Amino acid sequence: MDARGEIVAVYRESLPILLVSLLGGIFAGVVLGSEPMREGLRAYPGLLLALPAFLATRGNVYGALGARIGSGLHQGLVEPRFTWDRRLVNAVTAAVINGVGMSLWISVLSWTILTLQPGRTPAPFLELAGVLVLAGAVTSTAMIGGLLSIVFAGFRRGMDPDNLIGPLVTTLGDVFGVVFLLGATLVVGVIA
Amino acid sequence: MSTVDHGDVGTWRVRRIVRTMAPLLVVLSAMEMGSGFVLESLGETYLDNPTLLMLVPVMIGMGGNLGAIVAARLSTQLHLGTLSFDVRSRSLMVPLGAVLALAGTVFSVLPVVVYAFGQVTGDPMGLRKLATISLVSGMTLAVIAFLLAVAATYVSYRREYDPDDVTIPVVTNLCDVLGVVILSAVAAAVV
Repeated sequence: MDARGEIVAVYRESLPILLVSLLGGIFAGVVLGSEPMREGLRAYPGLLLALPAFLATRGNVYGALGARIGSGLHQGLVEPRFTWDRRLVNAVTAAVINGVGMSLWISVLSWTILTLQPGRTPAPFLELAGVLVLAGAVTSTAMIGGLLSIVFAGFRRGMDPDNLIGPLVTTLGDVFGVVFLLGATLVVGVIA
Repeated sequence: MSTVDHGDVGTWRVRRIVRTMAPLLVVLSAMEMGSGFVLESLGETYLDNPTLLMLVPVMIGMGGNLGAIVAARLSTQLHLGTLSFDVRSRSLMVPLGAVLALAGTVFSVLPVVVYAFGQVTGDPMGLRKLATISLVSGMTLAVIAFLLAVAATYVSYRREYDPDDVTIPVVTNLCDVLGVVILSAVAAAVV
């Protein structure tokens, strides 16, 4: 194959995945640009600062969970269905701890950075952390449920989970992350 | 043996998984605060231009995707022993060509769709302005993602790290950070 043909081959191979991820990103963007979300971002200074880390954590935590489950399925250590298997339960528990823990860590970073910046005041720490941890916890549940359902179903139909996980995690992460962030600003807004 | 295998959860212990992942996550999320900082400094520009804000999640994710495509390809070639770091080699020209073509497609579709949504939510930025911001920042990001992936693979090769463990997470996260930084720089110049 000449170089040009090889470029076309890589392009064709990668484009569908990028378009799926683009779709998820645009959906997240539309939610982010909506009036209630922008009000939330104004009401909780520090939230915009935390946003990229919040969204990126999804990829790192649940991408790792997906990769682990993928290897487990290939090795026959994990069955492709929801069971109280110790390995599956452990992997999910660890992902929840990491996911929620990182939301808290990001709140601390964001609040601290804005506090140290002259002329800026972050939202009260408990409110900022409340929004991010609540959004992180709900996203965690939805992501794990969605990711495992699709990976298990795909594996049972003979698909290689390794090809599914990357784009799935990015797309689900964008969609759930922003929607639940919006939900969390509304819930904390009512309570606080 | 089989009873040992089923009883010994080994690397699947909760504490072990959390301990392995947490330090990396702590560092990566601290790195991501860099793009949060840029986003926050231009907060008013973004919050006053909803269509600009709509580009943000795609810019956060797409840099990493493009970087991962190059890095994964280089990593496979490195494992197979067919990788060349010669600037004019096919090893480098093919992923560069592919990543530019992919970015060209994605960042042309993006402003059109976002503009259409902007019509519904009201107050969209002009299509030409939006397309300029999307394409200029998207193509810049693609070139940087390519360069970073090549540089990171080169470092893994010299230091004999497995690029799958090192290159891909570093490149994707760094590209995610740079996506927002580049978008903000371009937007600040255009708006």
